Amino acid sequence: MVKPDYVLFDRDTTAIIFGNQQAAVQRMLDFDYLSGREKPSVVAVINPTGGNKGLMTVFFGGKEILIPVYNTLGTAVERHPEADVVINFASFRSAYNVSIEALNYPTIKTLVIIAEGIPERQTRELIALSKKLGKWVIGPATVGGFVPGAFKIGNAGGAMSNLLMSKLYRPGSVGFVSKSGGMLNEITNMISLNSDGVYEGIATGGDKYPGTTLIEHLLRYEANPSIKMMVVLGEVGGTEEYEIADALKAGKITKPVIAWVSGTCVKVFPSEVQFGHAGAMARGAAETADAKNAALKEAGAYVPTSYDDLGELIRRVYEDLKATGEIEEKVEVGPQEIPADYNPRTMRRPTNIMSTISDDRGEELLYAGVPISKVIKEGYGVGDVISLLWFKKRLPKYVTEFLELAVKITADHGPCVSAAHNTIVTATAGKDLTAAVASGVLTIGPRFGGAIDDAAQYFKNALDRGLTPKQFVDEMKAMGINIPGIGHRVKSVQNPDMRVKLLEEWASKNLPTHEMLDFALEVEELTTAKRNNLILNVDGCIGILFVDILRSTGIYSEAEIDEIIAMGTLNGIFVLGRTIGMIGHYLDQKRLHARLYRHPWDDVLYMLPREDAVLKYREEE
Amino acid sequence: MAQRGIREYDAKRILANHIERFSNGTVRYRGRVALVTPDTGIEALSEEKPWLKTEKLTVKPDQLFGKRGKHGLLAVNVTYDEAKKWIEERMNTTVTVGKTSGKLTHFLVQPYIELAKEYYLTFAGHRDGDYIHFSTAGGVDIEANWDKVTTINIPIDAKIADVDLSPILKGVSGSEKEQFKNLVTALFHLYRELQFGFLEFNPFTFKDGEFLPVDTVARLDDTAHFICSEAWGEIEFPVPFGRELRLEERYIKELDEKSGASLKLTILNPRGRVWTMVAGGGASVIYADTVVDLAFGDELANYGEYSGDPSTDETYEYAKTLLDLMTKDKSAGCKVLIIGGGIANFTDVAKTFDGIIYALEDYAERLKEQGIKIYVRRGGPNYEVGLAKIREVGRRLGLDMEVHGPDMHMTRVVNIALENLKGGM
Repeated sequence: MVKPDYVLFDRDTTAIIFGNQQAAVQRMLDFDYLSGREKPSVVAVINPTGGNKGLMTVFFGGKEILIPVYNTLGTAVERHPEADVVINFASFRSAYNVSIEALNYPTIKTLVIIAEGIPERQTRELIALSKKLGKWVIGPATVGGFVPGAFKIGNAGGAMSNLLMSKLYRPGSVGFVSKSGGMLNEITNMISLNSDGVYEGIATGGDKYPGTTLIEHLLRYEANPSIKMMVVLGEVGGTEEYEIADALKAGKITKPVIAWVSGTCVKVFPSEVQFGHAGAMARGAAETADAKNAALKEAGAYVPTSYDDLGELIRRVYEDLKATGEIEEKVEVGPQEIPADYNPRTMRRPTNIMSTISDDRGEELLYAGVPISKVIKEGYGVGDVISLLWFKKRLPKYVTEFLELAVKITADHGPCVSAAHNTIVTATAGKDLTAAVASGVLTIGPRFGGAIDDAAQYFKNALDRGLTPKQFVDEMKAMGINIPGIGHRVKSVQNPDMRVKLLEEWASKNLPTHEMLDFALEVEELTTAKRNNLILNVDGCIGILFVDILRSTGIYSEAEIDEIIAMGTLNGIFVLGRTIGMIGHYLDQKRLHARLYRHPWDDVLYMLPREDAVLKYREEE
Repeated sequence: MAQRGIREYDAKRILANHIERFSNGTVRYRGRVALVTPDTGIEALSEEKPWLKTEKLTVKPDQLFGKRGKHGLLAVNVTYDEAKKWIEERMNTTVTVGKTSGKLTHFLVQPYIELAKEYYLTFAGHRDGDYIHFSTAGGVDIEANWDKVTTINIPIDAKIADVDLSPILKGVSGSEKEQFKNLVTALFHLYRELQFGFLEFNPFTFKDGEFLPVDTVARLDDTAHFICSEAWGEIEFPVPFGRELRLEERYIKELDEKSGASLKLTILNPRGRVWTMVAGGGASVIYADTVVDLAFGDELANYGEYSGDPSTDETYEYAKTLLDLMTKDKSAGCKVLIIGGGIANFTDVAKTFDGIIYALEDYAERLKEQGIKIYVRRGGPNYEVGLAKIREVGRRLGLDMEVHGPDMHMTRVVNIALENLKGGM
């Protein structure tokens, strides 16, 4: 559905928020809920420092929902092409670059810039670019604005109580535009007290060069048949208000305009005073509030004698329009019912823990949304269950088959490796199953079993950087790092590891391409030329193949694959598989009634220092 | 926070430091200027700038006001000793320029320039681009000769190299055209790259191929400090002439500069009886307007605002400074304090009110002694808590206080306060 040009925001509008602005997002969602929007107006949040990407927890009514957090605007725009608004909370230092980027995305139609203190030349460049591209910029130095009942920008409109008080959950008939963001709520409240309320309210910002000016918004309001009258709050400094006067005289604006230009106090000030707004400084008599109020009045706008009378004047114009039938009495609709026990302080207690993989609260246990009955009845394998709980997806059959293969292959490797050994020692000490298995699991790390992650990471990184196998081997040598996934204590070229062969066979049968494995085998050729036990080992093979598999699915981006590796997912395969073996060793020892293990003396090299050499550092009388 | 005037001295210093780069060496300007201040005399400067003692000089105040010749504040073609004496006679004296009186503290000294021909050149920004105004009939009467000024507009995204400058250089003789073209191009680059909002040379001339600006007026966009701090060097944004900052104003200015929030204070009339402490850039102006519109302009003691969610500490410091100023002069009679504000978007009213409350506690005795009446009006996030707290504190301290929320019209408290003030006269 194409929106008319005069509509920037409607009930379907969705926005991307640049900046980790949880409070602002929450306020937008509160508004959305009160307005009875079906979907939240925020689809994505950008946290440019990347420290906290993932998900933002917010409330939609009483329900907690998750909004995706990205670290670049590009990703968010690509994933959410339906969003046509960017609300830019970047600081004055970076707001310009973010804004240029946002304006250049074809899907973005409206940009709101919140920051105050952006250099004027940068803003003027943004204005020129936005005009060239036919886009709307609201701000800088603003809170934005709102279309009651439809869409609200960031913090505009304030807290829940004000949204209710000013009836921002449903549209009125008055279009409002001001420079000041701080006055947005105040005048909106005034309008709601003196008429049927605001249809749209925009604060263009206090800077000398706002992205869009008062008149541009008034012309939109003029074109919008739902708006019957307009209220403008101008300010001392600049000449924007004369454009309104000109438009009134030229008949481009025909709806009633109630206008007030603040800053009438300047005339009593002894010398120039810079107000809180950068643009609020009169250069010449024409820019004073008095001159502009007079010009607006002469052009036919309703101008009160002081701000104090503004509300009265709004009421008068509204009543006149009602009397002539221009404005019809609307049926008052309330805000969407808030749950009876609603209390933001208790309901909105943010949870400490999030779960996105399973839910036990409903009728049936869910694994990543799939009911357990379906898992059983439809014959999901262990690989499928791993796939659901680790990847939140039911991955293709060959992937789950690989997971099962990896679990089987890593399930045990004899009683002498560290995990099994620890399990056995603990079991013979009389401890229970969990303690014994835990003591074994705790040995899994960089030297034992942990090579899966490292192998995947190093090999992938080398391949990503376009290194040849030789360059990779040389680089690792230069850094003095043993290549993870290469080398075996007993197996060699002549005495190959059957497990690796099985994995290789599986790969050639099931994967159309396996770039990582090919690369690793080339590396192996180089390393085994040096020493024949420097073969690709089982850890390395699993890690490397897994990258090939993830790529082959076409589901994951390279960045996501890197993240999967960085989180330690692949080592999970080893932990899971080997736990089967450790439980086996525990049960084995119990069955055998094994006695407490004590390491023999003759297997320890005792080599203590001499007593005097130890004590000489503290010579007490 | 906006375009702000800088000293002529600084403008010429920046010019001299960068003109070579921006003109690729085609424009020469040595930047022979000296700034005499109460702390740095001309004697001290002459060591580093020996030309002060060898050249005939021009001396004038450098405090952001023009028409110095018309006010008898210009010494031309004088020797070092004459210049020294001239400055000494005027340093720290108060003069009146137009309607404004102020103290003379800064003097610019430069070599006297004999003007065979007076040119005018100005760069001025506007929304869609930058105007270049040029005239071969510059000088003090430029306004009277405005019909001889030619103007072109450089769109904001245009390159000056692509713009035909010949329409504004019609009055320049053929042999000089290249020189002027280089000058305008280089100065435009400098103006644009170094984030000027306005740059005027009136008049200027050339001598032996050197560009010689006589009078220069410049405004920099101080928000660009993070981009240009190195190129600008040590830059000062002086307060307008006649507006020397009071200690308290300077303190708030420093707080403001350190804070992400906005804190502004200008004392208009320390003996005024209407004091305001208003939240918000827009609302604060409207409160001041209303005081003026209700004919109490000459009683308005201050303009100020705090906004952008200041911390409790910042609000406390701000409020304390204001209460201290307000209660300094006991003789002024019945006074009112308006703690006002609109309905905030995101400023936490309870939190900022905490700071105000601490300050009220500190100054409660003095406020009571002087019978100061306090009017509060505020809305926004957490306003119920904020208003309840301040109401409670008013009761506890025995302050004469009225507290209103967003259900009352924003400036209605001004009305009530001023009515009371009238009654108390």
